[in-house]
Amino acid sequence: MVAAVALIAYYAPEDADQGLSQKIFYFHVPIALTAYACFGWGAWKALRHLWKRQPGADLESYVAIHHGVIFGAMTLITGSIWAKISWGVWWAWSSNQLVLFLVLFLFYSAYFMLRFSVDDGPQRANLCAVYALFGVALIPVSFLAIRLANDFIHPTVFTSQGPQMSDSMFLTFCVSWAAMLALASTLYRVELAGKRLDARLRELRELLA
Amino acid sequence: MTAAEKYVAAAYLVVFAFVLAYVLIIGTKLQRLEREVSELTELARARRAEREELLVG
Repeated sequence: MVAAVALIAYYAPEDADQGLSQKIFYFHVPIALTAYACFGWGAWKALRHLWKRQPGADLESYVAIHHGVIFGAMTLITGSIWAKISWGVWWAWSSNQLVLFLVLFLFYSAYFMLRFSVDDGPQRANLCAVYALFGVALIPVSFLAIRLANDFIHPTVFTSQGPQMSDSMFLTFCVSWAAMLALASTLYRVELAGKRLDARLRELRELLA
Repeated sequence: MTAAEKYVAAAYLVVFAFVLAYVLIIGTKLQRLEREVSELTELARARRAEREELLVG
């Protein structure tokens, strides 16, 4: 993370069009891609739960989606700040990618309403797994929306011709993305360990009661 | 400080604030778990003492 911040501040050149505000890109896009990765991982674990009945997969799916929502919220806020300085507005309803990302975010936010409205048990785990799998269909739609529609507001950096940026910018972007994935992975492991410990302590308390 | 600098700083502060809030929440949870472990350890010790008293008696 320190390396990413140092590269953004001292190595990556300022964008000719947007100037300094383009530096938000190095955090905003990796955070968005990490949110997609978290939702994808959550759906994969949901599939493992439904298909293989893998023990603990439901909890892993829940924690991954929780992180996806956190990273999704950060994407929306940093994106809004960038939009304000670049386009003069906090939000543009005409941009398909923005709206579809918001839909994806709200869809997975509703996952928690479902999870906490059903009593703990196999039924809740199955319902949540099916819901998580439905949501994953929105990820490619959200990602490809800008390419499928003529969206001139939101910029397209990664095209079929490769990344539309200089080598130094691309290197900074890759380091930032790696840092964000490492952060998400660390938070995921810490939260998962906490939740597992919590469950074991509850079990121990029942045994000692 | 220019407007662009303010917005860039705000965006980075948002990320920092999120991570900080998350770490604080996890820290609070770990403290609760530590407290629970201590309570359960005390409970287990009390149970063992009761068992030993019964054996001696």
